[in-house]
Amino acid sequence: MTSLAGVAQGALRMEGFWTEQSPKLGFAAIAIVVFLAVMGLVMFLADNAPRKGRDVVQLLLFVLPAMLLLAAGMIWPALSTMWQSVTSKAGEFVGLDNFVTIFTDPTGQVVLRNTLLWVVFVPTISTVVGLAYALFIDRAKGERILKSLVFMPMAISFVGASIIWGFMYTYRSEGFPQIGLLNQILVWIGLSPYQFVETPPWNTFFLLVVMAWIQTGFAMVVLSAAIKGVPAEIVEAAELDGASAWQRFKNVTLPWIRGSLVVVVTTITISTLKVFDIVRTMTGGQYNTSVVANEMYTRAFRLGQPEIGAALAVVLFILVLPIVIYNIRVLRQHKETH
Amino acid sequence: MNRRLYLPVAGLAIGGLVLAGCSGGDSDGGSSGDSSGGGGGAMAEGCEAYADYGTFDGESVEIYGTQVDEEADRLVESWQEFSDCTGITVDWIGNQEFETQMNVRVEAGDPPDLAIFPQPGLAARFISGGSVVPAPESVEANVDEFWTESWKEYGTVDGTFYAAPLMASVKGWIWYSPTEFAEKGYEVPETWDDMMALTAQMADDGADNAQYRPWCIGFESGEATGWPGTDWIEDIVLRQQGAETYDAWVAGDVKFSDPEIVEAFDTFGEIALNADYVNGGIGGPETIASTAFGDAGLPILDGNCSLHHQASFYEGFWPEGTTVAEDGDIWAFITPKVNADDPDAVTGGGEFITAFNDNPATVAFQTFLSSDTWANIRVGLGGVISANQGLDPANASSALGTAAIELLQSEDTLFKFDGADLMPAEVGSASFWTGITDWVQGTKTTEEVTAFIDGTWPSS
Repeated sequence: MTSLAGVAQGALRMEGFWTEQSPKLGFAAIAIVVFLAVMGLVMFLADNAPRKGRDVVQLLLFVLPAMLLLAAGMIWPALSTMWQSVTSKAGEFVGLDNFVTIFTDPTGQVVLRNTLLWVVFVPTISTVVGLAYALFIDRAKGERILKSLVFMPMAISFVGASIIWGFMYTYRSEGFPQIGLLNQILVWIGLSPYQFVETPPWNTFFLLVVMAWIQTGFAMVVLSAAIKGVPAEIVEAAELDGASAWQRFKNVTLPWIRGSLVVVVTTITISTLKVFDIVRTMTGGQYNTSVVANEMYTRAFRLGQPEIGAALAVVLFILVLPIVIYNIRVLRQHKETH
Repeated sequence: MNRRLYLPVAGLAIGGLVLAGCSGGDSDGGSSGDSSGGGGGAMAEGCEAYADYGTFDGESVEIYGTQVDEEADRLVESWQEFSDCTGITVDWIGNQEFETQMNVRVEAGDPPDLAIFPQPGLAARFISGGSVVPAPESVEANVDEFWTESWKEYGTVDGTFYAAPLMASVKGWIWYSPTEFAEKGYEVPETWDDMMALTAQMADDGADNAQYRPWCIGFESGEATGWPGTDWIEDIVLRQQGAETYDAWVAGDVKFSDPEIVEAFDTFGEIALNADYVNGGIGGPETIASTAFGDAGLPILDGNCSLHHQASFYEGFWPEGTTVAEDGDIWAFITPKVNADDPDAVTGGGEFITAFNDNPATVAFQTFLSSDTWANIRVGLGGVISANQGLDPANASSALGTAAIELLQSEDTLFKFDGADLMPAEVGSASFWTGITDWVQGTKTTEEVTAFIDGTWPSS
């Protein structure tokens, strides 16, 4: 009886679901029809363009929508952010005051110093470790398994990784039962437990290790593929000439994979500059660990200082820009030489 | 494709665009508050309590607030009868982006009829903006009758009364285990000194358990880490210095580095910075900052600590099966006063309602919300308490709620709003939090931390 009633109730609920959803489905259908109709209109106009200059008209018609969306969704907000960064909260032009605040304010200086530490160490650690690992396991037995082990952290989100590492770093005072792995190890080998996350300045390193842990997999996979591309004949020739393993690596492998190396380092550098999730999850920027992206969010959305947030966004943009340009240039050279 | 087909297709496209433009407008508001009113006319049966509000034909009132989900459902339920009896349709809109959305609607000249503000400071900002109308006489009469003077003052700007209080909450409870107190012969302390003496005694008694400390404290709360510490300081300032200094401090006229506030830090430090007194089951004072506020009090259940300072919502954090009662596993007393003959003082929060027009239907509903009838209905539905004097404390959904209502209703109780909520965001939701975190962490001295917080107070 009850189960029957349950089924009836379920059916009713389903019916409620459909009455609620059908307007949305109708709306979706209209949207699709409208989309097709607009596309038809665009093609109709493109096809009927005057013969003279038809190419230009057609090009414009197809590029324009994307351009408009880019302008509305990216260029306009970027420009308004830049404008906001040189105005006061009331909207008056104040020149570089907000930037002066960032660079003179003690919190701001710590933020910039931390960002610099992240940018120096994360790409270095992940590339060096990733490259070494890729070299050592190259053509080794069980290479695939060894590779996937290091690659696996890539599948974990920054927030998830931060929580995992947060547990690893958990601290209990001396004499209390430890629940964090690293501190338990310290206690086992006879040392005192240590507050990894809360003790500046080294806590920044314990935070950036999390990102390096994730990015190493990326570096390793890309570099491993590049190493496999080194022609066997050249390596063999070097070997016959009596080059040592180090010489072979330095003079043959390294020049050959230079392009991939640059891509790896710049990609990791860019994502490191933008790092936000790890800091926000592990410390919320506390204990002198804040970085530019985290500070930007905090100022703009929590402290009601959107103008400082905008200025930080511009600083971040200026920091990322040269790396992006360098990246593109190297890729272009790479294309030309190969 | 046949060339002749193009024109109809183009026509269809234009038609479709027009259609799409139209259909955007009629999307359902999705408010759950629609009630099919009686449509005016004679009062229905069982509506005697609502006779004074009159009957309306087809009128509706839009009310805006931060409550969503279950809280919102209970609100809607609480005025259902009013709606049925008076014929006023109440449209409820709950939005957690309340502050932003209210700004937008007021700027656009389209404010709701009524808005429930989560704290008086925000209401005062809108009142200063000029869009709020003063409370009608009937509402003011209700507030005079059912609320204490200090509650009315929070809704008053420049001598004019605008915002009537609705719900309230009480902070500054100290949680303990009545079973443990009975076993060891402890008594609930009357004064701060009694509490410190009790703490010392507890530390002595618990010396054989290496993990035991009298107090459990935890500040960790993501980006808001540190707020439990600000609650401590607020409670101490209010009790040590009284209401006037507290208000001046919140307003920025008394600085953090002034001796009154430094004294509060030092008083808190006697507990929080003393490795013999904190942090049960976890470690020393340096573990306070990294202990999640939600877990912080739980070691009381393991016997690793005995006292935990946290607002009334902590009732929901005890694991299932824990009896929260005066003679149960867990109970709480209000942070004791400094001298036995000081008035009872508590910190907490409260909601205020303002009107943006004086339509008869708006006034009728506003009057109803300020009445004891509504307070009793709403509190009876569970989850909240109010400082309304006409409220029967027994209606609260928990024993602690009853105790909190009695405290709020007492004429002798000095009620002050959570100071951090009223301070500028740069301080109240930033430097005060991070400052006190650094302070328990030991990276900043009292002198450094108070100077640091003063430095972040906006100059304008």
